[in-house]
Amino acid sequence: MTPVARNRLILVGALLVAGAGLAVVAFGKIGDNLVYYWSPAEMLGQGEKAYGPTIRLGGVVKPGSIQWNAEHTTLHFHVATDHTPGSASVLVRSTEVPPQMFRDGIGVVVEGTFDKSQVFASNRLMVNHSNEYRAPKPGEEPRKWQETVEGSTTASATGAQ
Amino acid sequence: MGKFLRMALPPIALGLLVTGHYIGLAVAPPDREMGDVQRIMYAHVPAVWIALMALTINFICSVVYLFKPSWKTDSLAEASAEVGLLFGTVGVLLGAIWGRPTWGVYWTWDPRLTTAAILLVSYMGYMALRRFVEDPEKRAVWSAVVGIIAAVDLPIIWYSVKWWRSLHQVQSSPKTVDPEMVLPLRISAFAFLAFMILFILHRYRIALHERQAEVALPDALPTDGPQANRTPGVV
Repeated sequence: MTPVARNRLILVGALLVAGAGLAVVAFGKIGDNLVYYWSPAEMLGQGEKAYGPTIRLGGVVKPGSIQWNAEHTTLHFHVATDHTPGSASVLVRSTEVPPQMFRDGIGVVVEGTFDKSQVFASNRLMVNHSNEYRAPKPGEEPRKWQETVEGSTTASATGAQ
Repeated sequence: MGKFLRMALPPIALGLLVTGHYIGLAVAPPDREMGDVQRIMYAHVPAVWIALMALTINFICSVVYLFKPSWKTDSLAEASAEVGLLFGTVGVLLGAIWGRPTWGVYWTWDPRLTTAAILLVSYMGYMALRRFVEDPEKRAVWSAVVGIIAAVDLPIIWYSVKWWRSLHQVQSSPKTVDPEMVLPLRISAFAFLAFMILFILHRYRIALHERQAEVALPDALPTDGPQANRTPGVV
């Protein structure tokens, strides 16, 4: 076999391997085993199996559910599966000061444990941002709002908007 | 052509970068939710776009080399992989800096971040392989194979946010971004593109000269260890 023919054979082999790899990832069931977070409905659906291990819970902060106890620096809020009223939700307790964008209705992912008390004890609170980037509406002043957030630890609970 | 581009590109790239970043930092409004932190988008997003583009060039060169061997293709593959890795690293670091104030964490193993980490490790491996193999022909063939396999991660990164749940948001489009923010993003992207072409041109020229020297005078090149300990062709 000439070197050129050998190289082309290698090329076909490499492309096949690459294509097969991509197909497995794209169309295989990998996603079922690699779930970055559970929604509240999914976690509650696991029943007792969800008690104990460290898990991630993702959803949206239920509007009006944020309770900040400044004295004990504990934060309680409900994570709902989505924005529809009455969707499954879980009470989360966090002792962490949340990121600046934390507010009613925003997407969150919390890492922690769930147990019989039906309270999710979070030791890591992450906020996610949508793919929308908008200029402030008339009257909104994100810079001023940020200053108030930095100035007080309770700002996240009172939140802007 | 190459010389002209090497002369003309630095002022073009610099001009675009200054314009794009000036508009992005001083003229465009802050994001209504994130505030000024959002402005890191004008560097993070172009860096990652350009990294994906450079590594796509590497994939094309790898395929073309195996179809029809040429030192030029091999040199361009080497150049584009290195430049792609550079931009990818910059993009990931900027993303981490953006993640801390926005998400609350520098890093989390969500699908987008994980696949980006795999990308960086894969192309570091690619570059390590190129340095391990001394025979230029074997090096070109082996690294082309690795270049093709590693490129599988490129579409996976792109679709990771659509296929799986992630903390990272899905791709924005001009519909989800205000026009005042799209303009500096576009200009910055072209600035990064000009830098990519410039870096690749320089790196390509060096690589091609190295290849030609290796082929013309295989024994004249400096090696790491004593000559006597070497097996010809292999490390």
